[in-house]
Amino acid sequence: MDVLSLSRLQFAMTAGFHFLFVPLTLGLTVLVAFMESRYVSTGNPLYLRMTRFWGKLFLINFAIGLVTGLTLEFQFGMNWAAYSRFVGDIFGSPLAIEATAAFFLESVFIGLWIFGWKRLSPRMHAFSMWMVALGTNLSALWILLANGWMQHPVGYVLRNSRAEMVDFTALVTSSYGWLKFLHTISAGYVTAAFFVLGISAWHILKGRELPLFKASFRMAAVFGLVSSLGVVGIGDFHGAEVGHVQPAKLAAMEALWDTQSSVPLYLFIIPDDKNERNRVEAIGIPYLVSLLAYRDIHAEVKGLKEFPKEDRPPVSEVFYGFRFMVYLGGLFILLSAAALYLSVRNRLETFPGFLRLLVFCIPLPYLASQAGWIVAEVGRQPWIVYGLMRTRDAVSPNIAGSQVMFSLIGFGLLYSLLLIVGLYLMIYHIRKGPDPAGTPAPNTTSST
Amino acid sequence: MDYPLVWFALLGVLWAAYFATDGFDLGAGMLLSTLGKTEKEKQAILESFGPLWNGNEVWLVTAGGATFAAFPAAYAVIFSSFYIPLLLVLFALIVRGVALEFREKLESPAWQAACDAGILFGSALPAFLFGVFFGNIFRGLPMDERGFSGPFMELLNPYALLVGVLFCVLFLVHGALWIALKTEGALSARAGDFARRFWIPLMAAVILFVVGSGYNSRLPVAFFQNGVLLIFPVLTLAALFAIKVHLQRSSYLKAFAASGLSILLLMASCFAGLYPDLLPSRTDPAFSVTVSNAASGVYTLKVMTIVAAIFVPLIIFYQSWAYRVFRGRISPEEIGESSYL
Repeated sequence: MDVLSLSRLQFAMTAGFHFLFVPLTLGLTVLVAFMESRYVSTGNPLYLRMTRFWGKLFLINFAIGLVTGLTLEFQFGMNWAAYSRFVGDIFGSPLAIEATAAFFLESVFIGLWIFGWKRLSPRMHAFSMWMVALGTNLSALWILLANGWMQHPVGYVLRNSRAEMVDFTALVTSSYGWLKFLHTISAGYVTAAFFVLGISAWHILKGRELPLFKASFRMAAVFGLVSSLGVVGIGDFHGAEVGHVQPAKLAAMEALWDTQSSVPLYLFIIPDDKNERNRVEAIGIPYLVSLLAYRDIHAEVKGLKEFPKEDRPPVSEVFYGFRFMVYLGGLFILLSAAALYLSVRNRLETFPGFLRLLVFCIPLPYLASQAGWIVAEVGRQPWIVYGLMRTRDAVSPNIAGSQVMFSLIGFGLLYSLLLIVGLYLMIYHIRKGPDPAGTPAPNTTSST
Repeated sequence: MDYPLVWFALLGVLWAAYFATDGFDLGAGMLLSTLGKTEKEKQAILESFGPLWNGNEVWLVTAGGATFAAFPAAYAVIFSSFYIPLLLVLFALIVRGVALEFREKLESPAWQAACDAGILFGSALPAFLFGVFFGNIFRGLPMDERGFSGPFMELLNPYALLVGVLFCVLFLVHGALWIALKTEGALSARAGDFARRFWIPLMAAVILFVVGSGYNSRLPVAFFQNGVLLIFPVLTLAALFAIKVHLQRSSYLKAFAASGLSILLLMASCFAGLYPDLLPSRTDPAFSVTVSNAASGVYTLKVMTIVAAIFVPLIIFYQSWAYRVFRGRISPEEIGESSYL
């Protein structure tokens, strides 16, 4: 394989791997910070044990997310030098701001949180976790503004054979970037909610630590329902924006080959990329694609054949990725609503089958996030910056295929090891459960 | 305002801040098993920098991000030219990060031993490779218009290896002083002795570096052209001697401050000598990456200057606060704090 394909594979792998850890970090910081605040305001030791149990799982996940993030920043320059040279003037800014405005915040305060139990007052300790939550979420904002710019470049002019920033405000107020940010963080909250729901369900099934896990379950159910509604609702707006600025991506998401008006949405489609048609189209809901994409049941939607072949993204990957994500989004709403209902009615134990189902649902939000990124990034092809620069022109001219092969294998091995170690520790501490009740609170005697 | 110059200077500040802060935790990581004779002592060392290393490492991320934003062409050429060394730095920092965070998450001596090995490897390799990286930047690379595309072995020239050794020794002394400062009893004394013993090799490496730079790099030229700049290397030497003086009196805080200062001033000297190059070419000077041919537009640099003016002081404020929260020596009853979670 050549430098281009290897570099693409490496970026996809390292970014996808990084994003196995980011969503849980985004949501679980908020939940843990909330749990600790409950402890501070009520003084109930149950919330402290809860904070520490979920906090430990949070840290295992956070550590891997943190170290694999650095790879992505370095990779732009290492593998995508032509891209970096072309867009650095505008694209580099959000990345640099991410480091200064967000990454410092989460990194400094995570140290305070882990080691500060005796040195900080309970209030300051809880505040530290809120700062971590703020830092991680702000970090996502700047990264997604940068990614939003690759999807829909704004605020630049082409000058000195590169994209130069002329309007910072346009960059930071890009609706594409903001929708992507809101969609992504709510996906992260869904991930955390289902993580907490699934693990709590498992412990409830075993009849262990019922007050702690029922309370965790309740919190996660509320959080999960609100965020699943959010992720689907924002996703809908995001999809409409894609229709406006990336029509070829939208056509691929819907597997629409010919330009039509009043486009129905078929629940079952099997696209046939080679023959530029769909092998199966069944159960159509009239007007729905037109309505979702352009808020008008009669709107014309451009089909893939409208675009020259070299400007079209791969269709099947984008289409299946999108469908998979959307169906899962619907499922998350139903599951979290059911979870909340049963939790409020205090009837969880009467439905062990549902609890067991929730345990098996833990991986689903991860799969939905990965599918979402496939839609976003494969759907952007063949462009690295939509309409402005092609992926094939972006790769470093001075690196050898053997070097990238070496790095790809290295990442593959190292990341597999990280995954094994991370999963092992996670499962070990999930099984171990919370500290026994009556463990003295660490910072009640503190004076700092 | 000469924005490219401002950003060149700021880049120097970011790298200097990175080495002055992460330098001690890289050094302490290298010394974990050398100075920590018992599990208790190892934990004391780990807890001395455990709360702080994450924040320290972000200076590196910021230096990378700032290069991308302010000098995109330099970011592109430098990162792709140093593909293999930067890849190894990444691998090492990844291993180190998880080894530090996961060490106390299992109660098994074999697991702790594996993590200790990860911390040693993950601390020594970046220290050395950052030296090799800067050595080659000072020396210049044989480049064409695409940058450097030669084999990795070419980056391991004697001068670059020398800078690699210098960085290791510098961080070892810096880390030993940190341990001496932050721990108690026999461990603190042992760390102080280590710093005292390594001060001579450190000075030897510095002198070799100065001589080597005269033969291998254009760094000294700037100092002949503008004598005022000599203040940086002179102060670097003064700070290095101050380490020795304070070590004799066992005032580790002052010795540590002196070693921190010597790192800051050494980087200041190097950046003063490097200007206006960001990566000089050893072949045709037309291929050199310089402040003027790599900089972003004035608009971008202005925006980023405002961002830096707001956030850098803010970061320094809350990072110093974190250092203050964790001030003082790690007392024996505090050891094991990290396994609390």
